[in-house]
Amino acid sequence: MKDFNPAPETASIVSVTDRVTNVKLDAPATAVHFLGDVAAFVGAEESVTFAGSDGEATPVAVHGGGILCSASDGKRIVMGGDDGKLISLDAESNIATLATDAKRRWIDNVALHADGAVAWSAGKTAYVKAPKGDEKSLDVPSTVGGLAFAPKGVRLAIAHYNGVTLWFPNMGAKPEFLEWKGSHLGVTFSADNRFLVTSMHEAALHGWRLADSRHMRMTGYPARVRSMSWSASGKFLATSGSDSVILWPFASKDGPMGKEPGMLAPLQAKATVVACHPKDDVFAVGYSDGTILMVRIEDGAEILVRRNAGEPVVALAWNAKGSLLAFASEDGDAGLLTL
Amino acid sequence: MSEAAANKIPVTVLTGYLGAGKTTLLNRILSENHGKKYAVIVNEFGEIGIDNDLIVGADEEVFEMNNGCVCCTVRGDLVRIIDGLMKRKGKFDAIILETTGLADPAPVAQTFFVDEDVREKTMLDAVVTVADAKWLSDRLKDAPEAKNQIAFADVIVLNKTDLVTKPELAEVEARIRAINPYATLHRTERAQVKLSDVLERGAFDLDRILEIEPEFLDDGGHDHDHHHHDHDGHDHHHDHGHSHGGMKHYHDEDMQSLSLRTDKPIDPTKFMPWLQELVAKDGEKILRSKGILSFKGDDDRYVFQGVHMMLEGDHQRKWRNDEKRESRLVFIGRELPEQAIRDGFAKTIA
Repeated sequence: MKDFNPAPETASIVSVTDRVTNVKLDAPATAVHFLGDVAAFVGAEESVTFAGSDGEATPVAVHGGGILCSASDGKRIVMGGDDGKLISLDAESNIATLATDAKRRWIDNVALHADGAVAWSAGKTAYVKAPKGDEKSLDVPSTVGGLAFAPKGVRLAIAHYNGVTLWFPNMGAKPEFLEWKGSHLGVTFSADNRFLVTSMHEAALHGWRLADSRHMRMTGYPARVRSMSWSASGKFLATSGSDSVILWPFASKDGPMGKEPGMLAPLQAKATVVACHPKDDVFAVGYSDGTILMVRIEDGAEILVRRNAGEPVVALAWNAKGSLLAFASEDGDAGLLTL
Repeated sequence: MSEAAANKIPVTVLTGYLGAGKTTLLNRILSENHGKKYAVIVNEFGEIGIDNDLIVGADEEVFEMNNGCVCCTVRGDLVRIIDGLMKRKGKFDAIILETTGLADPAPVAQTFFVDEDVREKTMLDAVVTVADAKWLSDRLKDAPEAKNQIAFADVIVLNKTDLVTKPELAEVEARIRAINPYATLHRTERAQVKLSDVLERGAFDLDRILEIEPEFLDDGGHDHDHHHHDHDGHDHHHDHGHSHGGMKHYHDEDMQSLSLRTDKPIDPTKFMPWLQELVAKDGEKILRSKGILSFKGDDDRYVFQGVHMMLEGDHQRKWRNDEKRESRLVFIGRELPEQAIRDGFAKTIA
């Protein structure tokens, strides 16, 4: 990241737009992941499109309908579809069907564990399958809104109405329930395993300190939070849903309790997606007007990646080294930034 | 709402008590050769005889919003399903949502009022209630859900009319009208209704409020021109306006409608707080509300509609020279505090 040194007194914003390679997608993407240094744009339906730094696009058919969710560990992408199938795809375009719902229900959520375990959900049922284990399932009281594996051990957080169920699928113990009224949609653990945060149907986040289940209310957003990303140091949770990026401080033992969040990169548009750099405390943010910025958390310095081009940015991802940033907007415009 | 409406996917809510004929109507809509493709949200898989990969099972999961408003309930599954369906936009023209026989339509409608994503992509078109001509009168006595569905309806398909006598039909219609005089009513056998009578009604489009609902505010001073659009030949069931004389009049003890009108200009600085306070206080009782207002010193018609405590309103258009500037409001609800509403409204006259 030696290029990331804008002088604070710079009159106009530093731009790296000339380092962006356009990627031509046949259909709009709703997510993007990296498999090595190849960007994989997950389409709204049917296919994933690979693109290397030359921008050359190669579509691969994966689903027989809409692709509702996806997750990646850098080695493969696992996707759930409205065809009731859970599909994995690797960089060599090997496709495998990991599960098929017997009633052809939608696979709404998917999560991957570093050890290769996969979790997914259909309706009120969450499933976990370890690489060499049996498929296990747990029914929760209402439809699953989100899934996340804890950073340590095989423990799955299942977000649903009125709270989150914490489940150790390999242990017989009764799952733990963290209660908070409302509909919980997204869920994420802090990297140090001390905090759990959900994004809610309302324009708010809710969090728990796992040691004592103490509540953390994170409110004040004008719109629903669609995107959450932990900074490389784990000190901040960067979130969309406002006209700037809202950064909740998680460095202290109390997390964001009693603290004001940081507000960086304010724009006359709504932040739609955030992705923190994997190594430095820098994030990329996409806005509803198509703008993409890179922002240094320490001082809020901004670099322009993409000018406002109309349609909202819907997907952003870094490669593991942090040398490539891929993005896609709602109308199917996509690109790769090489740093 | 209307300019943006062109790009939004219309959603028709199909409701009705168990056995009334919802599924028959749904199968008809899907099988008829209309050149349109529908995504369908159903509660029970398997009842639909049509092959369609855009049929989605729903769980009717209702949750309360965390905003301190007890009747502010939302269908969370609908938010998720519409989001998922939108991945395949371009593959369908409209969405039909079938509810269970016991469902309350309010959370569905409220979802379209409060959920920003749902509002951005779709618009509620109409609540269509299928009613069983033979059994509805009984259900109105013993099933509050059936009454809710009638009260909430924009369109009522009174089905199985071949199974009742003429006096029985007159009775059930009178009972429906006692609850909801404003919905468009169609008498059918085997749910044989023109699809244009149940689809693309625009009943929740503020711009079309009162213009597509011939029965709306049918309490004297009625403009018969409103009927014309529907009289395109064979829809002769519709002209009940002329048979009022022979109709029984019921008063439903529990669910009523209330209409108010005045040709005196309204003071918006009094009206808005009054209406907001009314729905905040009595919103649980008020299932639906609608109105057109003539504000003092304002050449625009102001229109609003509401579901329980939720309201939306807008300046609609200029009053035309050939129309009478008058304000009209209607409320449908349970145990409406009629006198208090009338008195409160009277005080908003400028």
